Amino acid sequence: MKIDMSYGSGGKQTGDLINQVFLKHFNNKTLNRLEDAAVLSVEGKIAYTTDSFVVTPLFFRGGNIGKLAVCGTVNDLSMMGAVPKYLTAGFIIEEGTELETIEEIARTMALTAKEAGVRIVAGDTKVVDGNGGVFINTSGIGEVMKGGISISHCKPGDAIILSGNLGEHHAAILSHRMGIENQIASDCAPLNSIVQNLLDSQIRVHCMRDVTRGGLATVLNEAAEQSACSVEIWEEALPVSPEVKGFCGILGLDPLYMANEGKMIAVVPGNQAEKALKAVQNSKYGTNARIIGTVLEGNGVRMKTRLNGLRTIDLLYGEGLPRIC
Amino acid sequence: MKIQEVIDELKSYDGKPVKIMEVCGTHTSSIFKNGIRSMISPKIKLISGPGCPVCVTSSAYIDRLTEFSLKEDHCVLTFGDMMKVKGSSMSLTEAKAAGGKVKILYSPLMALTEAREHKNIQYLFAAVGFETTAPIYALMMEEMKQKNITNLKLLTSVKTIVPALSYICEREKNIDAFLSPGHVSVITGADSYRELAEKYRKPFVIAGFEGEHILAAVYEIMRQLKTGRYEVKNMYATAVKEKGNEKARALLSEYFEQGDDFWRGIGIIENSALRPKKEYEIFDGGSRIEGMNEEMPKGCKCTDVILGRRNPAECPLFKTVCTPLHAIGPCMVSSEGACGIWYQNS
Repeated sequence: MKIDMSYGSGGKQTGDLINQVFLKHFNNKTLNRLEDAAVLSVEGKIAYTTDSFVVTPLFFRGGNIGKLAVCGTVNDLSMMGAVPKYLTAGFIIEEGTELETIEEIARTMALTAKEAGVRIVAGDTKVVDGNGGVFINTSGIGEVMKGGISISHCKPGDAIILSGNLGEHHAAILSHRMGIENQIASDCAPLNSIVQNLLDSQIRVHCMRDVTRGGLATVLNEAAEQSACSVEIWEEALPVSPEVKGFCGILGLDPLYMANEGKMIAVVPGNQAEKALKAVQNSKYGTNARIIGTVLEGNGVRMKTRLNGLRTIDLLYGEGLPRIC
Repeated sequence: MKIQEVIDELKSYDGKPVKIMEVCGTHTSSIFKNGIRSMISPKIKLISGPGCPVCVTSSAYIDRLTEFSLKEDHCVLTFGDMMKVKGSSMSLTEAKAAGGKVKILYSPLMALTEAREHKNIQYLFAAVGFETTAPIYALMMEEMKQKNITNLKLLTSVKTIVPALSYICEREKNIDAFLSPGHVSVITGADSYRELAEKYRKPFVIAGFEGEHILAAVYEIMRQLKTGRYEVKNMYATAVKEKGNEKARALLSEYFEQGDDFWRGIGIIENSALRPKKEYEIFDGGSRIEGMNEEMPKGCKCTDVILGRRNPAECPLFKTVCTPLHAIGPCMVSSEGACGIWYQNS
């Protein structure tokens, strides 16, 4: 059955959509009351964020837009040292979308939220003209476990830990769009368990960032600039799967600039690097973590290449589009 | 010989300054990515050549694409690199914002699917490139013929490298050697450089794209220069054959013929175009009517960059007013353009 404009009218069909899809899957006391707003209890300081998701295709190897929408907000909260607690979900659905599509997205969102330990406590649905597209906004609240974690707190001598392979989400989406058959799956995942492990291990984390759009190069440039220091990374330490490496080689893409949806960096004091690495590697989504570089005095980001050359790593300018030859 | 020994020898070179032109944008990119310049003597200067097809495409060509995109029920299909290149009045990005229909493709063959699925729309595919991409365009025409696709045409701007190298050798006497392009050579073959090497007495060394490949090729060039040799050396033999890819070349001669072409920043280079043959005119969206000579933006030194006379950092506009987000010259627009690569990496 396809969604038409009547599902956004606020009448019977809207109620059916909410009851039969969203309440069925998101099912929790706060949401089930269907009040105008969720009333929540939190302890101490909160982290609060929002993000919108417009990816096409809606379904791809390794996930779908719903999984992304939950992970994206969970990860943003986690990077501030917060335990994600509550999410809201707003859906803008283009008419013509199959009801089954929405149900599958909601089902995945519920599973991912359960895994991340968050509840979806409020939501909204709108139907607009179009041709089967779905857009989702999620916002979230987390309780801050450890304050003082900031992109501006990197210090010379710190070690940089990357939680796993680069470029997989970008390569999976691009493969789908280009009709290239391979086994590359999006890395989309909630990262709060990695953060929990780091903080439980008493690591004095200075900075955390999830490595999303713009890739590792962009995150490291932001860290260097905001912390007024320089970053050196080592090409040989960067984890990239052979499949993604091959894919990048063919299309002229650089894993350093590719989007990820389940990777983060943690910048920690040099003398805690090994302990922090173990904490990350002991997490479900951090098994392939590596110490990839160090923070130095100065400015900018440089990479020691495999052959011991030195390469400047700048921000990504414009879109990272595949080259034509 | 170990790679460290190669690096040590290139690093300690203290003879007369040497200028080596890398023709291919992918080589330029790899030189930065591997930090090659930091591994060799400053007396060995690596300069970029005309190896970015987007950079040398005329603004008249872009104009034709933007005009087409603005017509009702018309749509331009293009690679992403072309979106930001300015025509005489606008780029494809600007045409799209003004209501034009432009779709970015990741593979030329996607154009065929697009045309089959939307028969009421007239498509024009921006078929830009060198010998490397041209065989795919030939395959497209073959399939269009077989499947009787009539709502798709190709506007080609396919250029050939050897005539451009000949043009540069004739005029730029202070370039000592050439790092020949890897991808193009797969199609054209190592033999295609022999006449040039002989005539202009310069080494032409074909290299792959890994850091080691480039270092080994530079080492080979330095050895040739030291001993006064000027040979074509194929150091990418896993992919490049002496005669090239004969099947692809047969496909090219079936569908394309040579013609003179305008290279943005250089001018007309004889016999440097591949255009659809007369008998395939039905697939041609006007490739034969080429743009004439045109002036470069004021102050822009892309001409000097393409011809190896100066590097991008030596242009007064570089990083001051000309940036990837606000490109003045064509070499700044593409991710394969010399200025764009220098900006991103230096």
